[in-house]
This record gives sequence, C-alpha cells and structure tokens, in this order.
Amino acid sequence: MAIIPNPHKTTGFLGWIDDRFPLTKLWKDHISEYYAPKNFNWWYTFGSLALLVLVNQLLTGIFLTMHYKPDAAQAWHSVEYIMRDVPWGNIIRYLHSTGASAFFIVVYLHMYRGLMYGSYKKPRELIWIFGCLIFLALMAEAFCGYVLPWGQMSYWGAQVIISLFGAIPVVGPDLVVWIQGDYIPSDATLNRLFSLHVVAIPFVLVGLVVAHLMALHEVGSNNPDGIEIKKKKDANGIPLDGVPFHPYYTVKDILGVAVFLIVFLGVVFFAPDGGGYFLEKPNFQEANPMVTPEHITPAWYFGAFYAILRAIPDKLLGVVAMFGAVLILFALPWLDRSPVKSIRYKGPIFKTALALFTLAFIALSYFGMQAPTTLGTLISRIGTAIYFGFFLLMPFYSKIDKTKPEPERVTYEAH
Amino acid sequence: MKRINVYLRPLLLAITALGSANTHAAGAQAMPYHFEPDPDNLASVQRGARNFMNYCAGCHSMQHLRYNRLAADLGIPEDLLQKHLMFTTDKPGDPILSAMPATSAQWFGAKPPDLSVETRMRGPAWVYNYLMTFYVDPSRPLGTNNLMLPGASMPHVLGALQGWQIKEDHPASDGAEGHGTHAAPRFVLASAGKLSPQEYEKFVADTVNFMVYAAEPGRAGRIATGVKVMLFLLVFTVLAWLLKREYWKDVH
Repeated sequence: MAIIPNPHKTTGFLGWIDDRFPLTKLWKDHISEYYAPKNFNWWYTFGSLALLVLVNQLLTGIFLTMHYKPDAAQAWHSVEYIMRDVPWGNIIRYLHSTGASAFFIVVYLHMYRGLMYGSYKKPRELIWIFGCLIFLALMAEAFCGYVLPWGQMSYWGAQVIISLFGAIPVVGPDLVVWIQGDYIPSDATLNRLFSLHVVAIPFVLVGLVVAHLMALHEVGSNNPDGIEIKKKKDANGIPLDGVPFHPYYTVKDILGVAVFLIVFLGVVFFAPDGGGYFLEKPNFQEANPMVTPEHITPAWYFGAFYAILRAIPDKLLGVVAMFGAVLILFALPWLDRSPVKSIRYKGPIFKTALALFTLAFIALSYFGMQAPTTLGTLISRIGTAIYFGFFLLMPFYSKIDKTKPEPERVTYEAH
Repeated sequence: MKRINVYLRPLLLAITALGSANTHAAGAQAMPYHFEPDPDNLASVQRGARNFMNYCAGCHSMQHLRYNRLAADLGIPEDLLQKHLMFTTDKPGDPILSAMPATSAQWFGAKPPDLSVETRMRGPAWVYNYLMTFYVDPSRPLGTNNLMLPGASMPHVLGALQGWQIKEDHPASDGAEGHGTHAAPRFVLASAGKLSPQEYEKFVADTVNFMVYAAEPGRAGRIATGVKVMLFLLVFTVLAWLLKREYWKDVH
C-alpha cells in the first residue's frame, strides 16, 4: 500500500520517519518555526531555566533513588552513605538539594514575570492555570522530598504540615491518621511520601509541563509590551515582530543557562548548605519522635504561606487562608479587568499594588521562618491582608486605574 | 537593563537580608570563644584525628567515617593507622565505632551520641566552645557542668589536659554588650592540667578541625571540582554571549 508522502518533503531516513511520525512537524511547530516576540528581556529566561532545573531534579533523583533507603531506620544513614561512600554522591545530593531551592527561586521569578506583564490574561488563561497546577504539584513534591532525609527538621516539618489536616471539622483527626498511615509520622509515612515523591508527583509534574508548553505554543508567547504579535503578520503569515525560537531564543537561553549555572553551581560546590536555608542544621540529626526541636521552621520557600497560616488566630481559618493563598492564583485571569496587559502601560494604582504585594510576600517569607514574636505576627497580619487585598480588590482597582495606550508594535532596540 | 534593575533590586535586597538573618537563629548562650575552623590545615586535622581516637572514640562513634577513608584523605600510611588510630577493629574498611554497649545510657543518662556530622548540626564554633567551657559544679553528679550544654551528662574527659576551671558570672551591670543573649562568663583555672591554656586551645582546635573534616570528607574534593567547573563556565559564558550576539545582529 502506498503511503501519502509527508508534507515536509523530507527524504531518506528522516523521510521514512516523517511518513510515520510527525518528527519534522513537531520540530517546526515547537522549535524552528515557533515565532516568539523579539522583545523578550531577561525575565523570559526563567521558563527555560525551570525546565532545566526540572531535568536536573529528575536525573539526580534517579541516582539518589538507587542508593537511598525509604526506611525510617535507614533513611538518614543512607543519605550520609550517599554523601560519603557513593562516588560523586555528595555532588549528586547537593545538586538535588540545591536544585529544590533553585526550582522555587526560578519558578517564583517566572510567576512574577507573568504578574508584571499580564501573561495570565486572555487568551493565556489556561497557560496560567496549568502553571498554577505545576506550582501546586511542585509544593507537594518539595514537601515530600523534604521529609525523605528523615532528619529532625524533616520529621517535625512533616508532623506540623500533616497535622494541619486535623483542623478540618469532623473528618480531620481520622484524615491525619489516614495520611500518615500511623498515629504519628513514622516508617509508613516515610514510605508513602517516598512513593509520591519519586513516582506519582513527578509523573503529574511532567504531564503538566507538557500541557503548559502546548497551551503556550497554541496561543503564542506574551512579551514585555503585552501586545499580540500575531496581529501584524507579513505576506507569509509570519508575525512581523516574531523571531523563530530556534536559533534566536535557543542561543539566548544558552547564555541564560550559563549565567544561571555559575550561580547555581557556585552554591552547589562552595556553599551547599545555603547558609542553613538549603540544608538545615537540625537535619544533620536523625529524626527523633521523642525530642521536639526548639523551633520548627518550614523550608524557606514555604515561609510566606506558613506566615499566613500563623497570622490567623483560628487554626481552621489559618489552614483555609494558607491554601486559599495558593488557590486564589487560579482566579487571577478573571480578577484583572485592566484593558492592558503589561505593567509598562498599566496605571499607578496597579504599580503601587504590585509593589506592596512584592514587599508583603518578602516580609511574609521572612517572618514565616522566624520564631513567632508580637511584631512578627503583626507584620504577618498586615502582609496577609495585602496579599489577599492585591487579588480580591483587583477587579475594582484594575478597572479604575489610568492606563497608557499600548503601542502598535513591540518596543525593541537592536543590539 | 534599567527597567530590570528597578524590579530586581527589591528582590535582591530581600535575598541578602534573608542570608544574614540566619546568624541570629543560634542558641541563646553567647559563645565566649571565637573559632574559625580550618579543615584545610592537614597537620592540624591529622593531630585532631589522633586526639579524637585517643580521647573521644572510646565513647563516641563516628559511624559514617571509615578508617581507610580517613587514612587516604589525611595521608596516613596504613601501618601507622593500625598502630596509632585503630583501637576497636583491625579491618581498615570498618567504620569508626565505639566500644560503648547499648546499656551505656544507664551509666550517664544518655548514650554518647555519634559524632559523624556533629559540626554540621551544631556548628564548629559551638563544639569548640563546648570543649572549652566545662567547669566545676558540685551540684552535678560527675562534678562538672558545661556552659554550652547546661546539665551535660558527659564528664570532662579532657580535664586532665585542660585542668579544672571555675565559672565566674559577670555582674549584671558589667556593661558587656548583650545583644539579647547572656553575656559570656569568665573562667578561672582552679588547678592546672597537663597542657598550658595555649596548648589546650590548640588541642581543641585540632580536634574540631578533624571533626569538620569528618562531617564532610568530600568537602576538599567538592571545592577542587568546583574551581574547575567555574573556570569552564566562565569560558562557556563568554562563548555563549558571543554566539548570542552574532545571531541577534540580524534582528532589527
């Protein structure tokens, strides 16, 4: 039976493949003929960097899993075994532990980019929602991974976070036992978190990343001007302000990767503890259910959400606020009523709101990691109000804000 | 670029602020002695290994360090290792275990902890200060107490070397800067030990340097690899920048 020749007119081995599988089509659609706006600034490297860190976590994770023992009696010791007796084990472990923090730094900056340039607005609502789901999965993945070394902070961190489910009325206490598989965090808990960390959540995460990119390539990338490049096309239907992703953004992203690696590997090789924030001192002591550490702190990247939890005097409402702080992100595309996307053309009210939100998030992250004090609680409450105010009041302030007219074409200076 | 800076600056400031915040998280007791570990000082680490094996390893294990790893890293020949450092086993591939039975918890109130990563858990300066600040306290069962770990169940094993010291608390109006922590007390030697105070300080410093090495034997190798990686990345970054610039010349 003769087959219909592929439309790319490729021949030889590639032609044989293209007759049976859309290899050239995929390459063109997503890489060589994906037209991205030419005016991306450096904020736009964090997406590809997030992908790089994801690959780093998957690869180093595979090798860690070869040597790690998901067993409450052996877990902590197996980590030290990796650090000492596995060839290059210390580097692989540091790449993974530093990678976890780097993932959040990169993803937070990536989300902040979206916030500044309105990348969540129509027609990119689904890209944003897939992104929020990725963030949610990432938080679950990080939490599970944090428990695995089975140090004191791993253990008590797990205890605090899982106990939050106990605040749910009626089913709470039973739910906690069901999640833990025991009355306290124990071997059963460690084993199931290991399963989630290495199988279930990575699977979901990769799937969501694929969906995130498919949605992005369907509608096209936003840009710092927040205007649609697809509105101005040449005779061949190519956006006038677009450049092919490859080679232009591949070479630009390679430079971004190089700069990122200098910082990232600088930490991995010269300061893997990250000043006690990437590897916490109490985690150099094996988990002990009989001894509670003086001061249980969440990982730095959960600081803001933990501060919101503590800012609310009622435990159940605190839990609701903490989860609400993440879930409210999903509504963002419908909260923003501004006629323009980018902060460049938004008015003073939005700029002030974003500045306050930024300060509030940083303050919350800081106080979430500190032992509770009167001042800390007060600032956390103000920060929580600003955090939610930024989103909940957006339908009003974004509508009345005095915006500037958007340009017809993107702002770009050749360099 | 200016635009990026406007947005990035508050973030960068916040990150540096966070970085400096951790130093205040340490325990409430001020450390009377300043100590900077020097695990790259091979002679000091070697002396520390000798000190550890002779004075600590009787009770404290270092279960994540093997004798032959120690020998290889510190340049100690196997015959010297066997003769001077190995007391609990004759297999160089064995980890450093103590002779303490599990029942030893009943002797002191707590089993002597494993010291494999002690300096990463408490910090080298804490361990140094701990070993410097045992003092005579008749109210304790073994006659000594410790400034860094009040009520420590460990006896002052190094008392014969340091001598026995008495703690003199500062009067409250001393004018010492508190910084919200307890001002460090003064220690007065009541009876001299085998070592002079300077010799004892060196003895403790050597021991802690060894413990810092033992807490991460891969440290030196990691840093050496890191230097090569950085040199490669600097060259790679320049090439990547030139490549990017070449391609982007065409975009107007």
